[in-house]
Amino acid sequence: MTRKRRRLYMVLAGMATLGVAAALILTAFQDNIVLFCSPSDIQSKASCAKRDIRLGGLVEEESVTRDADGITISFRVTDLSNSVPVTYKGILPDLFREGQGVVTEGTVNAQGIFVAREVLAKHDETYMPKEVADALKQSGQWRDETEAQ
Amino acid sequence: MSAEIGQFALILALLVSMVQSSLPMIGAAKGNSTWIALSRPSAILLFALIVLAFAALTQAFVTSDFSVATVFRNSHSAKPMLYKISGVWGNHEGSMLLWVLILTGFGAAVAGFGKNLPPTLQARVLSVQAMITLGFLAFLIFTSNPFERMFPAPLDGRDLNPLLQDPGLAFHPPMLYAGYVGFSIAFSFAVAALIEGKVDAAWARWVRPWTLAAWITLTAGIALGSWWAYYELGWGGWWFWDPVENVSFMPWLMGTALLHSAIVVEKRDSLKVWTILLAILTFSLSLIGTFIVRSGLLTSVHAFATDPERGLFILVLLAIAIGGSLLLFALRAPALTSGGLFSPISREGGLVLNNLLLTVATFVVFVGTLGPLLLEATGTKISVGTPYYNAVFVPLMVPLVAVMAVGPMMPWKRAELGAVLSRLKFAGFMTVVAVLVTAYLQDGGPVLAIAAIGFAAWLFVGALVEWAERVKLFRLPLADSLNRAIKLPRAAHGMTLAHAGMAVAIAGMTGSAAWKTEDIRITRPGETIEVAGYSYLFEGLKPVEGPNYRAEEGTFIITKDGEFIAKLTPQRRLYNVQNMPTTEAGIHTTGLEDLYVVVGDPDGRGGWTTRIYHEPLVPWIWAGCLIMVLGGTVSLSDRRLRVGAPVRSKRWQAKSGTGGLGAQA
Repeated sequence: MTRKRRRLYMVLAGMATLGVAAALILTAFQDNIVLFCSPSDIQSKASCAKRDIRLGGLVEEESVTRDADGITISFRVTDLSNSVPVTYKGILPDLFREGQGVVTEGTVNAQGIFVAREVLAKHDETYMPKEVADALKQSGQWRDETEAQ
Repeated sequence: MSAEIGQFALILALLVSMVQSSLPMIGAAKGNSTWIALSRPSAILLFALIVLAFAALTQAFVTSDFSVATVFRNSHSAKPMLYKISGVWGNHEGSMLLWVLILTGFGAAVAGFGKNLPPTLQARVLSVQAMITLGFLAFLIFTSNPFERMFPAPLDGRDLNPLLQDPGLAFHPPMLYAGYVGFSIAFSFAVAALIEGKVDAAWARWVRPWTLAAWITLTAGIALGSWWAYYELGWGGWWFWDPVENVSFMPWLMGTALLHSAIVVEKRDSLKVWTILLAILTFSLSLIGTFIVRSGLLTSVHAFATDPERGLFILVLLAIAIGGSLLLFALRAPALTSGGLFSPISREGGLVLNNLLLTVATFVVFVGTLGPLLLEATGTKISVGTPYYNAVFVPLMVPLVAVMAVGPMMPWKRAELGAVLSRLKFAGFMTVVAVLVTAYLQDGGPVLAIAAIGFAAWLFVGALVEWAERVKLFRLPLADSLNRAIKLPRAAHGMTLAHAGMAVAIAGMTGSAAWKTEDIRITRPGETIEVAGYSYLFEGLKPVEGPNYRAEEGTFIITKDGEFIAKLTPQRRLYNVQNMPTTEAGIHTTGLEDLYVVVGDPDGRGGWTTRIYHEPLVPWIWAGCLIMVLGGTVSLSDRRLRVGAPVRSKRWQAKSGTGGLGAQA
């Protein structure tokens, strides 16, 4: 096999693998990406209402309650203009607190309640998730003291 | 006082790195041997200065000198000594100083161990290394000075983030950084080779041990990080495809490709241009990783407080380093001539396929990590999580693992696929056995998971078969085989170990993904929970005092069929200074499975939320990583891989039993 031939094969093999990967990436992006929505988005955008999303905002003050079964926890996530009721079954992360930023992953059910599969709070209590900060900025509720750590 | 010494050492180091990045390079171009000779002592001086600075910062942490701002923000007088020391790198400024320490350490190692490198190549390598050092020292001094003083000095510090106060995480950053930064040597060698216009087998022999050392520490660092996430975060998960995890994983994938392609350059004088490109890209990905973690560009559950202005500085550094090296590559690479020919079915062909798949896999992770960022510019906010990687990354790993068993069996240049596969009959048979046994034990179970166990068995047995063939196990008397095993190059043992370790890790990952059971409920003291055949008796909670935290400690007695298995004591800690709660999981491992218990909040009616995981095969993930690290280390100790091998092998062997570079790793 000549050098040129070999190079041609290698380039073709490379292109083929990249092509397959690109196809996989594109289909995966269609089916598996998770949109990030703020509580206001859920009310206004259809794309946020029907599929798996990440909902981010602040845990509303005095909204955390525990259901009768003791494990299911309900709270509201707010961007300070709108808020969405959320239920979650499980142990909350250590840094989950009222008034703190939170990101949850799940879907909105028929009753308009967001059923979370996962609740993420950040490792650092002074840290505000970027999406949450942006959501707050969008709803015009951003205050600098929230930003200053 | 020590802070000023450290500051002074840093500034001196900046000046030294300016000299080292310019004069030896010019000297090598002009043939000025004095300037060329400058590179070695200056690389060692540079390292000594950074060691001094690092020691000064460590002293400030150990003695709790809160007049130093970094110490005030990240330490506390009541903190245990281990975390006072790990606090040195548990913050932005200190971790960047550690970065530079390792960077110059590698430079000094090239100066010290590379005595028989051609002087011009060594001068150029050290010069490029000094350029990187220069950039990061400037970053350190101008944007993140670790020695900044506070006046008046506060009485006590703000403590280190409690999640970082953990033995696993104390050593995670140094390992990870040693890996990241270790690839800088491969990068410097690549850039130097482009300037020299020469890449040959000798060049590959010099590059490989450094790449291998970096790969070993990066593997260990990533494993340590995921182990920490597993036991400290209390979610029972060990990998989250989080951007910060991904940025350490990308250099690993690329570095693994580099490790394999360097073999082809060394043995067959082929794939040179590609190897140079891989070396540049691997370190570029390390730089990108540092940039992402330090800039706060990406949101991540791992993101600690970050600072965008520093990000801009690193972005500029990044543009110069990556842009410059790629430009040089574009200009000079066509001049490199390629050597040996090979057919697609050959060991080279297998390694090319390995490279192809690993590179594409890196690309996939890259898109998943940085894609959301680009999309955000168009106004759509998305996050890419596990489903994406399961759909794209896993299919790429399937052919990779399949070929991993076959590749090492193939001869160089040309191979008969049929002949090679027939030598793997036993591996194929064992694969079928593994699949059947798993299917029987798991009652059918998820088909994909059973297939994955099959692949792991294929790889594991395939790696062992290759080794057994080499030592002619069972074909010669055992003593002869043993003799052959002793004579076998260490790199061959290393490869077998690394590949087998990968197989063990794959089995572990599969087990945790497919057969994990989870039980969440409210439990009152005295109640018993049954999970996967084990009974967990919850005895209740009692308060515990730690050095800088208070905790509630739960007690669980685990029994199986009435027989005592273990007593687990998970804790809920509250760290006094930062008023931050953390969860300490209670874990009992049998080697085959982990029993994992977490205590959550009280329900106010006498019960606590408890979460119990039964995690089959999970310990194998880290066992596999450990075997891979061991394989890498064995390979690194190979006499042929030593930098000084051709000339000084005898003396080297006498001097250091296990290998010259092992100590550097």
